[in-house]
Amino acid sequence: MNGVHDMGGMHGLGPIAPEADETVFHHRWEARVHAMVLAAPTRGNIDAGRHRRELIPGSEYLRMTYYEKWLEGLCGMLVEGGVLSPEELADGKADRSTPRAEPRLGAPAVASALTHAGSYIRKVTARAQFKPGDRVRACNLHPTGHTRLPRYVRGHTGIVERLHGAHVFPDSNAHGAGEDPRHLYSVRFNAQELWGPDASPTDTVRVDLWEPYLERA
Amino acid sequence: MQHASEFCEGHALTPLSFGPPLGETYRMAHDHHDHDHGQEPPSDIALRVKALESLLVEKGLVDPAALDAIVDHFEHKVGPRNGARVVARAWTDPAYLERLRADATAAIAELGYTGGQGEHMIAVENAPGVHNLVVCTLCSCYPWPVLGLPPVWYKSAPFRSRAVIDPRGVLAEFGTVLADDTEVRVWDSTAEVRYLVIPERPAGTEGLTAEALADLVTRDGMIGTTRL
Repeated sequence: MNGVHDMGGMHGLGPIAPEADETVFHHRWEARVHAMVLAAPTRGNIDAGRHRRELIPGSEYLRMTYYEKWLEGLCGMLVEGGVLSPEELADGKADRSTPRAEPRLGAPAVASALTHAGSYIRKVTARAQFKPGDRVRACNLHPTGHTRLPRYVRGHTGIVERLHGAHVFPDSNAHGAGEDPRHLYSVRFNAQELWGPDASPTDTVRVDLWEPYLERA
Repeated sequence: MQHASEFCEGHALTPLSFGPPLGETYRMAHDHHDHDHGQEPPSDIALRVKALESLLVEKGLVDPAALDAIVDHFEHKVGPRNGARVVARAWTDPAYLERLRADATAAIAELGYTGGQGEHMIAVENAPGVHNLVVCTLCSCYPWPVLGLPPVWYKSAPFRSRAVIDPRGVLAEFGTVLADDTEVRVWDSTAEVRYLVIPERPAGTEGLTAEALADLVTRDGMIGTTRL
């Protein structure tokens, strides 16, 4: 979706403001939100979680702090997944008619869960259509759902530098339509191809793009 | 009885105005909040988060001790020190550097750094004439096992928007000025691949141990906004 989250290349969003001696969390509630996002059984996946935050209206998205967006996304995922009813979320009282669950993640399992070496690579039978050195163009696509094809590369030509293997495809996975793994490539774009003749002639931007986002150029 | 406006005084955070779930809970939490005038009162959003946690715990959906352990992990177990050890090892052990180039995920796992947001690692090396900068324009992707959670500026609109269109302007805001003929390579983390910048080893550090070298490696150096 062409949301404000897709902000690569925008101007006017202010100065970068690094903090000296920044703490991991700025408030205890931020730490609890972070932990609940990881521990709560939302029945979603990482792509659905990202998409849920993209669905926050643009004016709110730009105003909210990072963990406000995470809280908003978490509440949305819990209701959409049927984990909490809208009534429970509204009044904060548990519906006693549903049986009490067992936490999916107990404290003793946290360390191993957080250091688990997972993978988004899947085996596929389809062969990769592109190889390093190939010229490709990012497709002019404007899906209304989740995508990881940033607007600033659409229609622009780059060079395939690397194959990452077939990875879970967010455009499908975010919508509960299955992992639909597709080949993933690192594509190099020259800064002037993306930003015009005033950009640096030496600088480059590399973007990880799935095969359905690309066409031969 | 204090009112909501009084709770908010002194808090930078504004409460959500966009269809806030737990709206009733938030009010209920206010009504039932046990005021302790010896402490700073909680903000509106802190009360909402507390209400959500209580609800999830009551329904048996989360274990509060597990939440404590997750917070402890991100506050104490992961952070830029991990990445600094990877960098120092790469500087001092040519065979390790080769393994890092061939399969950074496995080479980083050798040092015990694995987990979510580090599933597929690639190390990108600064060199004379090449400077790497990592960003996530679409959200906040960042290599948690080696750098911990990202600083606020990394997740914020100014950096996300400008790193790809004006990397030199961004670098200048961090005091990093590069020669015109140095290639700035920006890596936009659009997939589940995470990038770790291997800065150039500072001159005059030949005699230092890997542990001493790790002390020289900064978080921003491994994001690529600064040089060492």
